Amino acid sequence: MDEAQLRIFVSILQNYFERQTTRAAEVGTPFLGEANALPVFDYTGVIGISGARRGCVYFTAPGDLLRDLLLRVGESNVAEANLADLAGEIANTISGNARRDFGPDFMISVPVVVRGRTQSIQMPRETKAYVIPLRWQKHRAALVVGVN
Amino acid sequence: MKLLIVDDSNIIRSKIARALGAYGLEVVGLAANGKDAVARAAATRPDVVTMDLTMPEMDGIECIREIRKLRPKVQILVVSALADKATAIQALKEGAQGFLCKPFTEQELTEAIGELIEEAQNG
Repeated sequence: MDEAQLRIFVSILQNYFERQTTRAAEVGTPFLGEANALPVFDYTGVIGISGARRGCVYFTAPGDLLRDLLLRVGESNVAEANLADLAGEIANTISGNARRDFGPDFMISVPVVVRGRTQSIQMPRETKAYVIPLRWQKHRAALVVGVN
Repeated sequence: MKLLIVDDSNIIRSKIARALGAYGLEVVGLAANGKDAVARAAATRPDVVTMDLTMPEMDGIECIREIRKLRPKVQILVVSALADKATAIQALKEGAQGFLCKPFTEQELTEAIGELIEEAQNG
């Protein structure tokens, strides 16, 4: 994954928050993550990538961010199931939107949601994982892209 | 008009139901996967369907084919994150009448459904 391709994900991430909340997210500079120290917050939506490229894309966020985001978009049910659902839906939307640039051979799975900060997300072997940090309102979250 | 909402995300189903319920459509069914959607389409006979594409059990494209066999005149709006042109073209070829890309606003959704209904009434 080169810099131009990472910029695609940065742009999609910014667009998601702007369109859904009308409040932009501050997206930080992407960096190469260490395999054993990739960020994991309370809820992580993971999308498997197959086809012409392989790997995974995940969005991870604290429950407070997801709760505020649900309320912001008019969803009053902020039960845990909906927080997990939102983490999966954000990962799905960002990965699906990437097909605009990567094409239909960038095949995405249905989301799998991992709960809890104690979990770790393993990238496929020999896959570099880039971390795109973001801050929305006062909350920190991250998009992690590990695609060959 | 009767509406069936098909999406594996509960919050998206809820968002669509809120927006299109307020728009005047009667929500007759919610489905989280293609198989369930086909069963609910047979049971509730919807006039309009919003259809996700990436779902477990049966994907949206196959679901469009099956629902169209049951309800040839049903209006189907695909609501999907898959933003490439090839997917949109395939969905339209399989029998969808419209394509709305996620993330979407409630206004974009009601406009897309309004166009779909207007075209059906004029066609």
